[in-house]
Amino acid sequence: MDATVFIVAATIIMGGAIGVVLSRNPVHAALFLVGTLFGVAVLFVLQDATFLAAVQVIVYAGAIVILFLFVIMLLGVDRAEDLGVEPIAGQRPLAAVIGASMVGLLLTVLLVAVDGPTGKSATTAPLGDAGGNTRRLGEALFTDYVFAVELTALLLTVAVVGAVVLSRRVTGPLQPIPGPDPRSEQSGDTPDGADRAEEEAAQ
Amino acid sequence: MVLAADPLFDAGVDGRVLVVVLLKVGVAFALLLVAVMLMIWFERKLIGDMQNRIGPAVAGPWGILQTLADGIKLFFKEDLLPDQADRTVFRLAPYLSLVPAFLTFAIVPIGGNFTDGADGTVSLLGRRTLLQVADPPVGILLFLALSSIAVYGVMLAGWSSGSKYPLLGSVRATAQMISYEAALGLSIASVFLVSGTLSTSGIVAGQATWNWNVAATGVVPFLVFVVAGTAELNRPPFDLVEAEQELVGGFHTEYSSIRFALFYLAEFMNMITMSAIAVTLFLGGPNGPILIDGIAWMWPILWFFLKVLAFLFTFVWLRATLPRFRYDQLMDLGWKVLIPVSLGWFLLIAALNVARDRGWPVIVVVAVGMLALLAGSALLSGAIAKAGSAERPAVGSDDREGLHS
Repeated sequence: MDATVFIVAATIIMGGAIGVVLSRNPVHAALFLVGTLFGVAVLFVLQDATFLAAVQVIVYAGAIVILFLFVIMLLGVDRAEDLGVEPIAGQRPLAAVIGASMVGLLLTVLLVAVDGPTGKSATTAPLGDAGGNTRRLGEALFTDYVFAVELTALLLTVAVVGAVVLSRRVTGPLQPIPGPDPRSEQSGDTPDGADRAEEEAAQ
Repeated sequence: MVLAADPLFDAGVDGRVLVVVLLKVGVAFALLLVAVMLMIWFERKLIGDMQNRIGPAVAGPWGILQTLADGIKLFFKEDLLPDQADRTVFRLAPYLSLVPAFLTFAIVPIGGNFTDGADGTVSLLGRRTLLQVADPPVGILLFLALSSIAVYGVMLAGWSSGSKYPLLGSVRATAQMISYEAALGLSIASVFLVSGTLSTSGIVAGQATWNWNVAATGVVPFLVFVVAGTAELNRPPFDLVEAEQELVGGFHTEYSSIRFALFYLAEFMNMITMSAIAVTLFLGGPNGPILIDGIAWMWPILWFFLKVLAFLFTFVWLRATLPRFRYDQLMDLGWKVLIPVSLGWFLLIAALNVARDRGWPVIVVVAVGMLALLAGSALLSGAIAKAGSAERPAVGSDDREGLHS
């Protein structure tokens, strides 16, 4: 039973991962990524980590990939990209090298460090009663690892404040949104400010 | 694997357990479909009454078969596929909308006696089982996970249509659903603090003696849940996702025939499921007095359906009464009112829990907590007002301090 679930989930994960890389359309790639994340959630359930499985779906599939899709749609880059252009010089050889070393690392782990896949759960028994998993996780996070949790919270807050500061820097009074009159665009002294006013109106 | 806390699986899985599970799945499936059929009729009839007209009256007695007739008509209509559509995603989207709507109902306990220490199980084919399809240990988190999956259906439907009005509708819908999911989750977190469990049957069992969570959490999370839930459903007054005057039909403009029917089905099914979840979380689920002992098993089911019906009536009532929100008002309500309020209330309940554990005087904790919340909200509204006046100065005016929008 466990082995069957693992094989099905692993197939979904690998299929999704390959789809992400091979899709020419960014939206399709994001959808394959959702498939991969779901497969990982199934593996979490298989390991009796039900809380992690739920959080995996809520946070990754429900928030992060949605955000990807949102940006893709709003920026209108949902067309197949021209692969002839290399945006960052030397990016592709470097990616090949890093990818090959990752494969080597994983193969080493698989062949040397482990006796071979056992098909068994990492834990030998579920943690206590049915609700025990979530409870244990909460206790560990807010007692042993409370410092790390607080630091992460601080980091996220700094990131949010930073994003707000970067995206909404107000320098001087903003210009009103240019009307249909073409002269207003020519006479507008700060086109940057006009753009920002438009953006804010859209928000 | 721990699949569920249901006593059904305690003695292993055999043929009879399988039959019980299939029976529960089948009943839940059929129940939802029939409920949707009646709900659409109920809404049209009720709106008709509220607007002083008759409503559907032709198909069947009181027009009760109107939905069935509409469904058959939609089924035989031509299935259009726009030229610019992304075919695979266009075909996939309705199912991404419909499947979460079905699955969410699986965690709702629709019956069972939880009073006097009873564990809410009933006997089916000689096996003890809970009257819900699944009782996973993460319980209500499954609802949050599935409602975040349902966003994909709406979002991809609009994008894959390859047309601008559906795209605008789906961008609006996605922004709205993500924004209100935060408030929804925070109000549910208050219930966790009071119940001490994630499992739906556990939450219902904790409300067995009239101590319903709506009072135990102090009403505010319930109100936030209802408002955020209405927005999550894209129901009026938060239905600017499909504002006909601006967006034609919103994200499903390009859909026709049975695919459109699937979206319609999912919308009404979500409404029923959201009502059922609200009843489970805040209104005691199937708990209620048992009035006649002879049919004792039936009363919890009856109470559950009555409570759900009250919610459904309210949704229709809201639609007939309130005008639609403007987009900026919607975002303001979500981010500047509902999320801070539910977060503050969550902190207050957490403080009360600590006070109870440590034996601190409750009155003092409530007073200090309220003062802290008031100070926090004053700071927040001050900051919002300041940001608003800095953003929108009057044209040609340098005096930005004196302006408040």
